[in-house]
Amino acid sequence: MKDFLQKLALCVENGKINKSSPYPPNMRDQDGADELAKRALEEGVKPDEILENALIPAMAKVGNKFSRKEIYVPQMLMAAKAMSSAMVHLKPFFQSGETKRKGKFIIGTVSGDLHDIGKNLVAMMIEGGGWEVIDLGVDVGAEKFLKALDENPNAIIGLSALLTTTMENMKNIVTVIKEKYSSSKILVGGAPVTTEYCKKIGADFYSPDPQGAVNYLKQLAS
Amino acid sequence: MLELAESQIRAGADVLDVNVGFPGVDDIILLPETVLAIRGSFDVPLCLDSPNPKAIEAALKVAGGKCLINSVNGEEKSLIALLCIAKEYEAAIIGLTMDGDGITHDPEKRLAIAEKILSRAVKEGIKEEDVIIDPLAMAVSTDSKACIVTLETIRLVHQKLGLNITMGASNISFGLPGREDLNSSFISLAIANGLTCPIANPEKITAAVRATDLALGRDDFAVRFVEYFQSKI
Repeated sequence: MKDFLQKLALCVENGKINKSSPYPPNMRDQDGADELAKRALEEGVKPDEILENALIPAMAKVGNKFSRKEIYVPQMLMAAKAMSSAMVHLKPFFQSGETKRKGKFIIGTVSGDLHDIGKNLVAMMIEGGGWEVIDLGVDVGAEKFLKALDENPNAIIGLSALLTTTMENMKNIVTVIKEKYSSSKILVGGAPVTTEYCKKIGADFYSPDPQGAVNYLKQLAS
Repeated sequence: MLELAESQIRAGADVLDVNVGFPGVDDIILLPETVLAIRGSFDVPLCLDSPNPKAIEAALKVAGGKCLINSVNGEEKSLIALLCIAKEYEAAIIGLTMDGDGITHDPEKRLAIAEKILSRAVKEGIKEEDVIIDPLAMAVSTDSKACIVTLETIRLVHQKLGLNITMGASNISFGLPGREDLNSSFISLAIANGLTCPIANPEKITAAVRATDLALGRDDFAVRFVEYFQSKI
């Protein structure tokens, strides 16, 4: 069993999606995350264990390597794709409630801003941290965030903005959310955002990289 | 700011892009102020870069000389707000090949948006040569076809419309190592396809631009190429 999980973690870490994927070249023709997750379940490994002992630690490694600039965006995307191909097999257990995730995370790029790369990377890494991610897309205003929160009152919120001009819209969104849900936690991120700005607008946390957000959520959950 | 302007001009910038986007800033006041400060010291064409048409208009009022507006896109709202201002101040416009539906990954569709911007501008009385198209450069780290879509758009706009083409080239290397090398290679390919006025840091890309022009037979006796490298010694 341990062997399965170790192999699966290695596939996720290196972005080996499935057997037919040619990437990375040194893992060519080997089983990928897809096959290994399926086989592990067939062999009786618990879905919780797959999530906790293979996918989450592998994605944490990926996030840390990215923070240290040992890997880059394409490698991170490959890892996230491998993770997703394993997650597909866990989905029925999430839906039935047999396997529980750590909580819900709502994310969106704020109004006026169409940039989605940073938002997507954070969403992937947080999903890889064991959370259910609700991605509202780009150009998301306060109302849409509120509606998502109404549907998922305990969810944590993430706001993304790439431009100095659209970053300004974070302020309004934070104010509106905190008015209705004063105990909600809001993370902010994106190229122009800083810790000072985060504090100034009353948000709860800023991270310069995806893994920082994952670690903060982990703290909140524990 | 003036020091930065001077070093960029010294490094070979032909136009300065002026952007005052910063949290809490009122660009209707700051953009014209910045333009006036640069105008006081340098005689270089300016590109007014703001999402706010009112700030652009305020800056055009004080700028004098020919300016560039960065930017218009294919959305009605944008065309209506900016084309008449451009016409009034005889400014050139940069037209982004995107519209209300966002960004398409089909070069033919980007060309169609460029055609729309051009025809609307001409109808407004703006000269064709005052329309510059931005084919949109997107990060290749998340989409391995991103650069080829941009290059194909450049080729189409160049061949079919014959317009000047600009873009913020350094976007493409986001999330990757070796950014300057990648940017230089991409700029070379883009120039070969019809890019005429990249927006970039001249301290970093002038070498690639001069080398490409020389390789394409556009620099007789390598005059500009040699001059650039001699000036660096």
